[in-house]
Amino acid sequence: MTVTEDNPNTGYKWVGTHQIRPDGLDKVTGKARFGADLVLPGMLHGRVLRSPHAHARIVSIDTSDAEAMEGVRAVITGADFPDLVEAGRSTADIAVAANAMARDKVLYEGHPVAAVAATTRELAAAAVKAIKVTYEVLGHVLTVDEAMADGAPLLHDGMITNGVDPKPETPSNVAAKTTFERGDLDKGFAEADMVVEREFTTKPVHQGYIEPHAAVADCGQDGRATLWCSSQGHFAMRAYACTVLGWDTGRLKVIPAEIGGGFGGKTVIYLEPLAVRLSQKAGRPVKLVMDRDEVFRATGPTSGSRMKVKMGMTNEGRITAAQVWLAFEAGAFPGSPVGAASMCALACYDLENFLIEGYDVVVNKPRVAAYRAPGAPISAFAVESVVDELAKGIGMDPIDVRLANAAKEGTQAPYGPKMPRVGLIETLEAIKNHPNYQAELGPNQGRGVACGFWFNAGMNSSATVHVNEDGTVTVVTGSPDIGGSRQSMALMAAETLGIAYDRIRPVVADTETVGFNDVTGGSRVTLATGAAVVESCEKVIESLRERAAKTWDCEVDEVEWVDGQAQRSDGSQPPLSLGDLASKAGRTGGPISANASLNARGVGAGYSTQMADIEVDPETGVSRIVRYTTAQDAGRAISPQYVEGQFQGGVAQGIGWALNEEYVHGTDGRMQNQSFLDYRIPVASDLPMIDTVIVEVPNPAHPYGVRGVGEVGIVPPMAAVANAINGAIGVRMEALPMSPPSILAAVNDQS
Amino acid sequence: MTVRVHLASALRGFSSGEADVELDPGDGATVQRLIRMLDERFPGIGEPLRQASSVAIDGEIIADAQYESVPDGAEVHFLDMHQGG
Repeated sequence: MTVTEDNPNTGYKWVGTHQIRPDGLDKVTGKARFGADLVLPGMLHGRVLRSPHAHARIVSIDTSDAEAMEGVRAVITGADFPDLVEAGRSTADIAVAANAMARDKVLYEGHPVAAVAATTRELAAAAVKAIKVTYEVLGHVLTVDEAMADGAPLLHDGMITNGVDPKPETPSNVAAKTTFERGDLDKGFAEADMVVEREFTTKPVHQGYIEPHAAVADCGQDGRATLWCSSQGHFAMRAYACTVLGWDTGRLKVIPAEIGGGFGGKTVIYLEPLAVRLSQKAGRPVKLVMDRDEVFRATGPTSGSRMKVKMGMTNEGRITAAQVWLAFEAGAFPGSPVGAASMCALACYDLENFLIEGYDVVVNKPRVAAYRAPGAPISAFAVESVVDELAKGIGMDPIDVRLANAAKEGTQAPYGPKMPRVGLIETLEAIKNHPNYQAELGPNQGRGVACGFWFNAGMNSSATVHVNEDGTVTVVTGSPDIGGSRQSMALMAAETLGIAYDRIRPVVADTETVGFNDVTGGSRVTLATGAAVVESCEKVIESLRERAAKTWDCEVDEVEWVDGQAQRSDGSQPPLSLGDLASKAGRTGGPISANASLNARGVGAGYSTQMADIEVDPETGVSRIVRYTTAQDAGRAISPQYVEGQFQGGVAQGIGWALNEEYVHGTDGRMQNQSFLDYRIPVASDLPMIDTVIVEVPNPAHPYGVRGVGEVGIVPPMAAVANAINGAIGVRMEALPMSPPSILAAVNDQS
Repeated sequence: MTVRVHLASALRGFSSGEADVELDPGDGATVQRLIRMLDERFPGIGEPLRQASSVAIDGEIIADAQYESVPDGAEVHFLDMHQGG
């Protein structure tokens, strides 16, 4: 179902149509090559030795026994990498390197300490066990409460909190504080007829991509290397890996593999510099592949949190004041998404009085990585739960309450600037008008509504468009395809050039074949890389018009490009197709090709409104999703199938986050649920069909109206599910996950 | 020519609590010029402004915006945008 602003008939021939996926056949036939699929002649297999402790000082590492084992070709430790502290590099670079391989301290269980390359994976595993590490075990902190307590063990000795005035004189585990405020909070609360104040907690959750991290490196005798890896941005992998290795960027070529899920978690490096250094040391190619327990213990996740939200509302449904306090776990190094969570927390609403405070707190857990709309789902869980309670308290429909306060064009966003044209109201109305919103609920069933915001992003992209000799077209970008971008690129190229979709081959090229591209993240690729593709196509069209003018011996402005062919304005010549012009390109100036590189403009923010119908068994605490409906503003759905897939994928992950997923740590600081048997993501049988409504409020700044759709869909589900559970059994869940034991405990507490 | 710059809470230590600052950067103004003028008025504020990852000019958020032009009457916000997933 699609709701389009103003003109439902876009007039597009290819944009918005359903087509066969360019990568589909290779994936369903097993031909697609993912990170772990590459095998090179003479290739060695690597394994990583990881810390068993959450926090410890490395006293010594003895690799002699491992190095003496037959078949072991290389052993590396932190000493095999440059010391970026000594080199005076930035705090961010130092953290990237220290996370890839510990030097003096280990900061979480799973932190890499050494790595081995050997002739077999089994031998490498045995050699890893032969490495002797002496640790001085230190006290650890696992939650923001523990980390912020007086006298807490410090992860980073000299860390002084940023963003506090005056600057603290003593170090702590709080890396930074962010504040956003406006108006008069006391006045706002005084104007409210009802005030709700609650505290919430969430646990770290993993992105849960099915493909574990993998990297193959082949270092040549000339000191240059080639790296194959599955990531969300091979240019970023190159930059990060070279930072850790102390190399110039030009020494490393990165070839992207197909990617089996990323969701933000593959925008950072783990194995890549280790594989390169092992290969350099061994003089042979080296493959490193993580097991699932390593993925859990040492990559991702997103933050656990503690949050306090206080909001006031009039009996007419107007929010008069909001106070939000957020403390997010960053993992072992500063950089939790609490800043983004702060900016997004109230971005659905037009508010006069608010205060948002966010704290970035380091703990002895894996360094957090981006996860779909990083931070926004966490703060939305708290804020949207309180909005629901206020709506119920004043007896107003939850969508009407949100409509009464909804952000729209011209609203001063809580993070500062005025909103451009956005589609929150349209998503709210789409849910209100959906038949599911009127569906009758059964016993122990409840309905919950929540909405969410995400900025989306632009950033840097490059694209090259080649017209082949027969008029087919190759579209080359450097944006790994994690959500259907190859199809979107091909559809926009087809629309712009006026040729059939199946005449276009979209390709994701390596770091030496196409211009720089930032990571595939921030829901940015269809917008930004798409803009580069469209610009390249427009340049190609200009060239084609010039070539047709040469052919006809006329002026360029007498030639129009219509439906994939050059037409003489006065109709005096038969049209020249793309194939006609391509086959004679040598006579009109040589091969036809164009490229564009840009820092994308016109980013259009995304909103989603979602509705969950949940049935809860009060005897067992087990909940079942009865119905789920999501409406999201896509701007323009270039590829509706993929857009629906993104909507549904975000919801599926959000439901897992809401009901089951959590990192469970023992008091020893070790993760206890390191497999998909014990860390429960939703499977197909857990979920009903997720109904989607593609709302199209075109982004006026993009040639086809694109906003980006990959992230905001995961923002509302936790609150929507919590609000539905409240509707079903009357308890207000304040902690994620809302697993059967926690629901049962809440029911028992209530009774 | 008038430009209104909004300073986030964390920067108001430099501006004695002032949240909104009006500047007259002259024709051909860029973000870089605004930063220089602000640094002259509130010494020390230049560095955090240069480190801000993005700048919103009349609501449009732009990354790496140091050399971006700023039109007359514009509203400017310095933002620390975070990478998406």
